Amino acid sequence: MPFGRRKDLPSHLWTQCPDCGETLFNKQLVRNMNVCPKCEHHFKIGARERIELLTDKGSFEERDADLLSGDPLSFVDSKPYPQRIEAARVRSGAADAVLTGTAAIGGTTVELAVMDFDFIGGSMGSVVGEKITRAAERALASRAPLVIVTASGGARMQEGTLALMQMAKTVAAVARLGDSGIPFISVLTDPTTGGVLASFGSLGDIVLAEPKAYIGFSGARVTDQTIGERLPAGFQRAEFVRDHGFIDQVVPRAQLKERIAFFLAALRPTAGETRWSL
Amino acid sequence: MRDPLATLRDLATLGARSPTDGNGHLPAGDELITDTATLGGARVAAWDAVKIARDLHRPHAVEVIERVFSGFQEMHGDRLFRDDPAIVGGIGLLDGHPVVVVGQQKGSSTEENIQRNFGMPHPEGYRKAIRLYRLAERFHVPLVTLIDTPGAFPGPEAEERGQAEAIAKSIEVMTRLRTPVVAVVLGEGGSGGALALGVADVVLSLQNAIYSVISPEGAAAILWRTGSEAERAARSLRLAGPDLLELRIVDGLIPEPPGGAHTDADRTAANVKAAIAPQLERLARKPIAELLTERYERFRRIGVVVEPAGAVAPPKRSWWKRVLGR
Ligand SMILES: [Zn+2]
Repeated sequence: MPFGRRKDLPSHLWTQCPDCGETLFNKQLVRNMNVCPKCEHHFKIGARERIELLTDKGSFEERDADLLSGDPLSFVDSKPYPQRIEAARVRSGAADAVLTGTAAIGGTTVELAVMDFDFIGGSMGSVVGEKITRAAERALASRAPLVIVTASGGARMQEGTLALMQMAKTVAAVARLGDSGIPFISVLTDPTTGGVLASFGSLGDIVLAEPKAYIGFSGARVTDQTIGERLPAGFQRAEFVRDHGFIDQVVPRAQLKERIAFFLAALRPTAGETRWSL
Repeated sequence: MRDPLATLRDLATLGARSPTDGNGHLPAGDELITDTATLGGARVAAWDAVKIARDLHRPHAVEVIERVFSGFQEMHGDRLFRDDPAIVGGIGLLDGHPVVVVGQQKGSSTEENIQRNFGMPHPEGYRKAIRLYRLAERFHVPLVTLIDTPGAFPGPEAEERGQAEAIAKSIEVMTRLRTPVVAVVLGEGGSGGALALGVADVVLSLQNAIYSVISPEGAAAILWRTGSEAERAARSLRLAGPDLLELRIVDGLIPEPPGGAHTDADRTAANVKAAIAPQLERLARKPIAELLTERYERFRRIGVVVEPAGAVAPPKRSWWKRVLGR
């Protein structure tokens, strides 16, 4: 919606689309699932909003909500790690960078994990690793599919090698689902990079992504600096990664819930027997 | 204030381990350092460890393989794209018994480093590794991995060919590989690109090797916005061998000759051999199901989380286990 008087408007009422420059009323943006109505730019959304969009109304039951981060390395950069956590908690209202729980999607009960980029860049430390692992273990115990929505810059530096090891821990847990015929759907949202993409994020039986989501092992800045050459157009965007064979589908936010529901209905947990018949 | 690691260690001793167990999971023995208290003055500063671990003349994978295994036959290629010179793999004999060996290979000169891409694998390197892991599994041959990389190669062609997927898949295959696996960090354990070779029943490290979520230079650039704080970042990241043992990321340290591994490749390799042989011997006797359960649990308990009392928690786990994530 074109709007000529943006300078006169209080800034908390509107947002400028970073892609097309359109001025959008926040109310209008929220009604449109935080997608620009003009150019389809998908704005980042928080874990709570994501759960609202993806799950059947009122079905989400949060688990492990009060799992808190320790400070195993006594890490201090510009501020001590516990202060950084506390600031992120206050800012985002979440305990750490992932919310996990049981929910229904299109009538199918699933274990759900949704990451939040707003919490220290969605980075994976011990809490994220533990919550994802527990979600996968619950999925295994209850034979429910696992759905993980990622948004992460990678492993959390402030937890050092302990954070790196969360990649192995989470992968081991989701790998057990595959062995037991329990589906795992991975949904990559903007941005998903580093240790989360190089672990469970890439390992879904189905891997979906939102349009133009930034998806890559190393950040484009790193790649650019390391190589010192110009990068191909659309490099490390969802469509690029799909075209190179690592994502099944790029799905607009408005269709994401029904698409996940389709795959959940098609891929029921099996117990090894042949179930298919007309 | 008390060192939180001291608390961690105290909590760990509640886990019914005997006092001789030191920091790691393994009983103490001559061939392994399992308690950092025994290191004394041999414990070097973090930044010195970084420099030693990266020393151009430090014995790299091929030099270690040649000395530890007899009749090593290198095997090339991922059967999909090409042969990645940054990862070497093949079959060698350890005291007459076949072992599949996969390692990251750095060069010892600029020329060799260019050929080896400075030990930074492309996706096809990890896919070659996966192919060899599966070979080991199929024929019930144990696997030894040798870690020495600044990280996976971050270039555009690596992204195009699925660097993240290749690493994720390599980790996944290792978590349930039905054969004994011992991993050794020889020099530099750089992030996910190192972990792709690092999921094992026993993870060892040379005394002065490092293993980190990010390079100290990278961490300094992001956290302090200047690369010159790398020394401080190295300290903060706790990436040196003894730190890794205390954090129970590695199970034991392999002693280096006085002055460092680069002063004596023969002795370093002899120490590596003395360290891995008894582990393979021990692991080979375990039923596969038990091996896989213990491998899962080994990584499952890594991490430090705090769960307040009264929270809905999995039953039958005492509070200290939850604090430790055990
Ligand atoms: Zn727009």
